[in-house]
Amino acid sequence: MAEAHPVGFQWVMEAKRRGAKVFHVDPRFTRTSAVADSYLPIRAGTDIALLGGVVRHILENELDFREYVLAYTNAATIVSDQFADTEDLDGLFSGYRPDTGSYDTSSWQYAGHEGHAEITGTGKERDSAAGLRHESHGMPVPAPAQRDETLQHPRCVYQILRRHFARYTPEMVERVCGIPQDKFLELADAWAANSGRERTGALVYSVGWTQHSVGVQYIRTGAIIQTLLGNMGRPGGGILALRGHASIQGSTDIPTLYNLLPGYLPMPHHADHETFDDWVDSIRHPGQKGFWGDSRAYAASLLKAYWGDAATPENDFCYDHLPRMTGDHGTYQQVLNMIDGKIRGYFLLGQNPAVGSAHGRAQRLGMANLDWLVVRDLFLIESATFWKNSPEVATGEIVPEQCRTEVFFLPAASHVEKEGTFTQTQRLLQWREKAVDPPGDARSELWFFYHLGRRLRERLAGSPHPRDRALLDLTWDYPTHGPHAEPSAEAVLREINGYEVATGRPLSAFTQARDDGSTAIGCWIYTGVYADGVNQAARRRSRHEQDWVAAQWGWAWPANRRTLYNRASADPQGRPWSERKKYVWWDPDAGEWTGYDVPDFEKTKPPTYRPPEGASGVAAIAGDDAFVMQGDGKAWLYAPSGVLDGPLPAHYEPAESPMRNPLYGQQANPTRKVYEHPVNSVNPSPPEAHSAVFPYVFTVSRLTEHHTAGGMSRTVRPLAELQPEMFVEVSPELAAEAGLTHLGWAHLVSGRAAIEAKVLVTDRLTPLRVDGRIIHQLWLPYHFGTEGLVTGDSANDLFGITLDPNVLIQESKVGTCDVRPGRRPTGPALLDLVADYRRRAGITPQRRVPIVTTDAAGGGDAAGSTDERSPQASADEHDGGGDA
Amino acid sequence: MPDANSLYGPLDPAPDAGWTDAQPRMGFFTDTSVCIGCKACEVACKEWNDVPGSGLDLLGMSYDNTGALTANSWRHVAFVEQPRPAAPAADAPGSSVAGPQFLGMPGARPPGRGTGAETRSDFRWLMMSDVCKHCTHAACLDVCPTGSLFRTEFGTVVVQEDICNGCGYCIPACPYGVIDQRKGDGRAWKCTLCYDRLGAGGTPACAQACPTESIQYGPLDELRERAAHRVATLHERGVPQARLYGHDPTDGVGGDGAFFLLLDDPEVYGLPPDPVVTTRDLPRMWKRAGLAALAMAAAAVAAFVGGSS
Repeated sequence: MAEAHPVGFQWVMEAKRRGAKVFHVDPRFTRTSAVADSYLPIRAGTDIALLGGVVRHILENELDFREYVLAYTNAATIVSDQFADTEDLDGLFSGYRPDTGSYDTSSWQYAGHEGHAEITGTGKERDSAAGLRHESHGMPVPAPAQRDETLQHPRCVYQILRRHFARYTPEMVERVCGIPQDKFLELADAWAANSGRERTGALVYSVGWTQHSVGVQYIRTGAIIQTLLGNMGRPGGGILALRGHASIQGSTDIPTLYNLLPGYLPMPHHADHETFDDWVDSIRHPGQKGFWGDSRAYAASLLKAYWGDAATPENDFCYDHLPRMTGDHGTYQQVLNMIDGKIRGYFLLGQNPAVGSAHGRAQRLGMANLDWLVVRDLFLIESATFWKNSPEVATGEIVPEQCRTEVFFLPAASHVEKEGTFTQTQRLLQWREKAVDPPGDARSELWFFYHLGRRLRERLAGSPHPRDRALLDLTWDYPTHGPHAEPSAEAVLREINGYEVATGRPLSAFTQARDDGSTAIGCWIYTGVYADGVNQAARRRSRHEQDWVAAQWGWAWPANRRTLYNRASADPQGRPWSERKKYVWWDPDAGEWTGYDVPDFEKTKPPTYRPPEGASGVAAIAGDDAFVMQGDGKAWLYAPSGVLDGPLPAHYEPAESPMRNPLYGQQANPTRKVYEHPVNSVNPSPPEAHSAVFPYVFTVSRLTEHHTAGGMSRTVRPLAELQPEMFVEVSPELAAEAGLTHLGWAHLVSGRAAIEAKVLVTDRLTPLRVDGRIIHQLWLPYHFGTEGLVTGDSANDLFGITLDPNVLIQESKVGTCDVRPGRRPTGPALLDLVADYRRRAGITPQRRVPIVTTDAAGGGDAAGSTDERSPQASADEHDGGGDA
Repeated sequence: MPDANSLYGPLDPAPDAGWTDAQPRMGFFTDTSVCIGCKACEVACKEWNDVPGSGLDLLGMSYDNTGALTANSWRHVAFVEQPRPAAPAADAPGSSVAGPQFLGMPGARPPGRGTGAETRSDFRWLMMSDVCKHCTHAACLDVCPTGSLFRTEFGTVVVQEDICNGCGYCIPACPYGVIDQRKGDGRAWKCTLCYDRLGAGGTPACAQACPTESIQYGPLDELRERAAHRVATLHERGVPQARLYGHDPTDGVGGDGAFFLLLDDPEVYGLPPDPVVTTRDLPRMWKRAGLAALAMAAAAVAAFVGGSS
């Protein structure tokens, strides 16, 4: 966190100053470790084993916040007797379908709900990253579930959890992660001791944590711990993602994702959502508990905001103008489609996939096969110059004179050169003023899209084609100002907030949304940010002039609520759990919920309220159902649906690992998204043979001195000179083993690429003793590329493409490689080197990556651990390399 | 109180320099125990003061690619990778521990090399943002023949770039090796403690940018008090190695305007353990030189007188 988020880290230092104990878990000793009280080195990709160990520690020692767990979670809920756990099936859950590599989730349901599974085969959901849709709400639960409040029923969630994590012992944590048992126990005890009635703990992670083939389950494991310890919906608790850039939260709320529309409304699928009613019902689930019952109003208001007067109840608010998904349109599928010639044009805005995305070579080859590419960035980045300056130009795979892609580079305004909002991890919108005018031709994104749309509409004006109606019917009437006709960002915020169509009066709450076309709302969860016609995100009242919740600083969605599910900060009877952690409570005299924050509950619904038989929607939420967006009003320790790779997290090895999974026969996530494509290969892992060709684990992350793909830092001298060269960090032991010298050169080879870097030999990297063997890990920064003041090979070139099944995030924080001293070959010889490694690793066009590796599936250890390194490779090691 | 224009001993430098309307003495307290090595101070300093680039060289000195305080780097974050001291000396901070001392000197081996995984108990990574010390007795200023270096009303020491003639006398005079001549320019450059911001009531750029309040700016008296509290707190929390550096008005430079909380001996960070203002002995030297001259003159006179006899 100190490396990637130094400004946010000031609050960790502040906590430390006040006596907090700081633990840091990381494969390498970083600037965070330097100021932590306890540092735990971990094998990259084993976090579920560590966190699962914490879950077991809590359950076995009964350290959970029992009253909270009983009242607000599904711990007591009985699960179907058809459910079988990974413990029974060697790493698979019940319902696995080998043909699609996905689960039928009917056996995961609560007892009696087996037939109600919304999803019966999750392959399609994986392609549409449907898991993301649940970012803001749980999956439906059709009817009241059976519970055992004593938690003794063998099929209640609590007991299932106990059995599932029983083998995640401190010994197992040490065996899988390489973390000494005493260090692990210190961590687990500290976490539990700082939770409960009087204390809360927050789990804060950076998004590198998600970049795994089991990324969503990492967060799930964290959520289970936080829920067991009573750290959700309470002050000082929660799970917070530190985003990699400003407003990543905003870019999922008002999404830049292919499968979502604003406010987490799903993008319609051509087969499932043919009509407006199909689409709306798939969101609101008639009969379901909770606040999604009103989604018809949110959906209608969104379409009304898009298509204005043209959108009427009679034409389903122009629902047919909305594009439809037909399958996987994720960024990696698109890149493969580019290579295959299926995509002709591409817009790149503030993104540098040639350096920042996994498998850089595939990214560049894809972009080199377009008709046109528009790049908008502050600097001339690699994704705009790949056609003349890239590793593929050196190898002859891209010939500048023949590259067919026409690249348009348009300079973009930076965040200080335009106005707008940032939404941060607490869902807080903060308005930014423009500080200076952008230089030269640089323009804001808002300017670019507004005027692009304006020109397209002018071109198409009078078009007789129905296909052009979606564009021509758009409301596109933002006021502009200044010499460049900059659109008003406040006007856009006003539309996002929503307004009454007849009067133009801004709405103040999403409860005012209507499904009859009388309201237009750009993003329903943001309604209120422009309440009373005032830009609430621009509020800057000093913390000294308000209470500690600081509700008048910026504006948080939804409804300026700073902590979600804050009903859980009071006990079932509505009293604060403790004076110290008092936050939102029931005032019996006034007959309403009150407190420091906006209550996340119906204001006048008493704790004693019980829904009548057959109630649905908000009325079905009982007075002590704190998790109001969940289908059953409970926090889910066990997720009967919505998570495509299992109702509980299980440790799987990364898609590329030198180790056999010590916990299950199933080696890696059986539902991970694998792309079989000639350009994409996966290094072999046990039980497949030849894993020893790539014996080392590498991981990549950021340096404080650079920003992501380097476009904003390698180009700036005061930053570039602080970390001027690509390097790789290795332990002294690995340096001795591989013949690497400090400040000498090394090259790293995977099945995709070979890159070179200067060597830093440091004690900050340490070999781990894992499952009886020594695992060496290497660390690289991923900031370097071919442009800018300082250049170097890109670490992300080493990765292949394997994705998490829920949200299609790539596994780009762990992979396997070989490392050799000296510089890499150049020109075609580079391709030969990588091809030689592929040949020795058995990566042929015919090879298919084994997905199911349980003993039952014959996944016994076929690999052995023979040295697959070529005699030449071994000989090369003794040449010394280095740059001396 | 020492005499006005004293070259040694404790004093308040701004009135001593003749300021009749001197401000409270301002300075830096750099608490290295909360430094996270982000180098925001280096960048903020360069941006505000328009300091030129200092080279794109990977130095291999942990994460330090700046190397030292130079004419083109007025803040420098040092990174020291070291095995944790075997047994912290609980009795007296600063007392040496048994075994070979790490002196912070560049060795033939990279940091930490030669310690096997088996013997390695733990590891420590120290970070410190170094800067001009703005000494109470600033030798650079004392030796400056042009008056380019001067004492400000805040008690800080600043080079006036339009007066400096590049003679370079100040460079060997600095006991810390801070002030430096810029290549191709010849003039001496160093931290101004953002004199241009102070005058406007602002905070120096580095302190403003520091996310963890490792660099604290304020009246020196307050900073010294705060620093003493911080050391006491750290000692209570089991960090006996914490000690202050440059805070003592009775030290060899009369105390620094920029002082530090360190977690190890100053040598580990590349700081001199007992700096002395290089002009301390000037009066005595001049006295001796005068005496010698007098003696010589007397001898000459004696010889002359003698010769005439």
